[in-house]
Amino acid sequence: MEDVRTLLNLVYILSAVTFILGFKLMGRPTTARQGNILSAVGMAAAVVATLMFPEVVRYTYIAAGLAIGAVIGALFAFRTPMTGMPQMVGLLNGFGGAASLLVAWAEFVAHPEQPIYQGIIIWLTVLIGTVTLSGSLVAWAKLEERFIPTKPVLYPGQRTVSILLLAAILGGGIWFALDMNAPTAAQVLGAVTALAFVLGILLVIPIGGADMPVVISLLNSYSGMAACASGFIIQNNLLIVAGALVGASGIILTLIMCKAMNRSVANVVLGGFGADLPGKAQAVVGEIKPVKPDEAYLILEAANSVVIVPGYGLAVSQAQHAVRELMEAMEKNGTEVRFAIHPVAGRMPGHMNVLLAEANISYDALVEMDAINPTMDTVDVCMIIGANDVVNPAALEDKNSPLWGMPIIEAHRARTVIVMKRSMGKGFAGVENPLFFRNNTRMLFGDAKASLQALINEFKGSGN
Amino acid sequence: MEVLIFLLFILVLAIFLGFEVISKVPSLLHTPLMSGSNAISGVTIVGALIAAGLGEGEDTAALIGGVAVAFATINVVGGYLVTNRMLGMFRKKDK
Repeated sequence: MEDVRTLLNLVYILSAVTFILGFKLMGRPTTARQGNILSAVGMAAAVVATLMFPEVVRYTYIAAGLAIGAVIGALFAFRTPMTGMPQMVGLLNGFGGAASLLVAWAEFVAHPEQPIYQGIIIWLTVLIGTVTLSGSLVAWAKLEERFIPTKPVLYPGQRTVSILLLAAILGGGIWFALDMNAPTAAQVLGAVTALAFVLGILLVIPIGGADMPVVISLLNSYSGMAACASGFIIQNNLLIVAGALVGASGIILTLIMCKAMNRSVANVVLGGFGADLPGKAQAVVGEIKPVKPDEAYLILEAANSVVIVPGYGLAVSQAQHAVRELMEAMEKNGTEVRFAIHPVAGRMPGHMNVLLAEANISYDALVEMDAINPTMDTVDVCMIIGANDVVNPAALEDKNSPLWGMPIIEAHRARTVIVMKRSMGKGFAGVENPLFFRNNTRMLFGDAKASLQALINEFKGSGN
Repeated sequence: MEVLIFLLFILVLAIFLGFEVISKVPSLLHTPLMSGSNAISGVTIVGALIAAGLGEGEDTAALIGGVAVAFATINVVGGYLVTNRMLGMFRKKDK
């Protein structure tokens, strides 16, 4: 019996190795796919090994759970469009939290006679798992733009309510852990679960749509921490290692996103950005110069190098394929076309890269902000599609702007800037963008996809 | 308690390893990194399977475990498949 156990634990070590190597291979686009497959094989091995443990004697629930989960998971994976990736990742974060919280509950129901430290771990797993679940559901609803407004929802006494909730959850944890065998223990853990659910909602609801990359990353990290905590409950190294890897990955992404917005994690999480704007932002001078597609075409046609800056507006109007077509038309015309990707463009880390990859654009053409900025002076045309705050020069020039200090793609340094925009509305931050009023800027108003199509037609019509 | 210390030791090392390995992933691949780590956080399926496999007299715990298996499987299957699908789209074209 012990031999079997040792052997199965060795399989777990191998699984942990595949996860680590999988992440390592994820470091390059050429090897990333192998890394993912390797990691999946490791996971399959861990599942098979677990089924062979002697204490696993009942297979009905396992079979049902595996079948239902596999069907739903596969449906998600194949049917979610690339524009819907943030929602899907958001939902999966929540399900990970739910699984961990249920594992904690099952362990408590099965073995209530345990030392205090086990009680604390069960409580902690329930807390992290539940906050991950409800927080992710709110994030999902915000991204889907259903049920809950995308704008920050603020109410008086927000922080006080959250702190009181946390205190109650903490008190419940002590009560629960001191005597898990007490008849009231289940009710106490139930109350903790309910309060944690509310806490998760309250933590995410004040955060606005454009801050979603941070929230998704943070919840990603929580789902790893929850798995890690559940590893302590069943004293399993694999869960701890894998959970820690995911936790670290989420934290890294969170920090990258925050740095790209020049804000602290606390500032994003506590919400209310833009609620108290500093007094006098510089007045915007200049005038808007709208152009028609045929004039924009003439500018693009004469350009040797074009940089396209995509933003969330590109995803909204599903214009990634139209962008590819325009890119091809320009390349045929002898123009060098590159894309400049700001780290927080879109609703999750790397969102724009995935959209453009879906449209079959070579990843060679996708350039990071830090790499594109030094070359901006030599760019003939910088074309901005559905982005706003990430190209706002006030971040560099106006100390009183709420965006001051945020790293931007320095589009204004290009010889000509063409901005594709639905209307003159402000960006998410509610900040006026002086770029639109500059001498070298032309505004091409309208739906991004329709404007792109008009430009493509101009290129085709010219007989190239 | 001794086990706990040992597990904490593993945790600390794993966190450092995680930061080391994952900070090398380029921003180009951040979305697949997230969906891939979604799949890995489904590793909690191991705990779920053990709970769902509990024998007689543990019906409630086993049922809860079964639901946990379903959630974790969605993560594992959905996470790996969607990551694979996404990574298949990242292509370098010869010019």
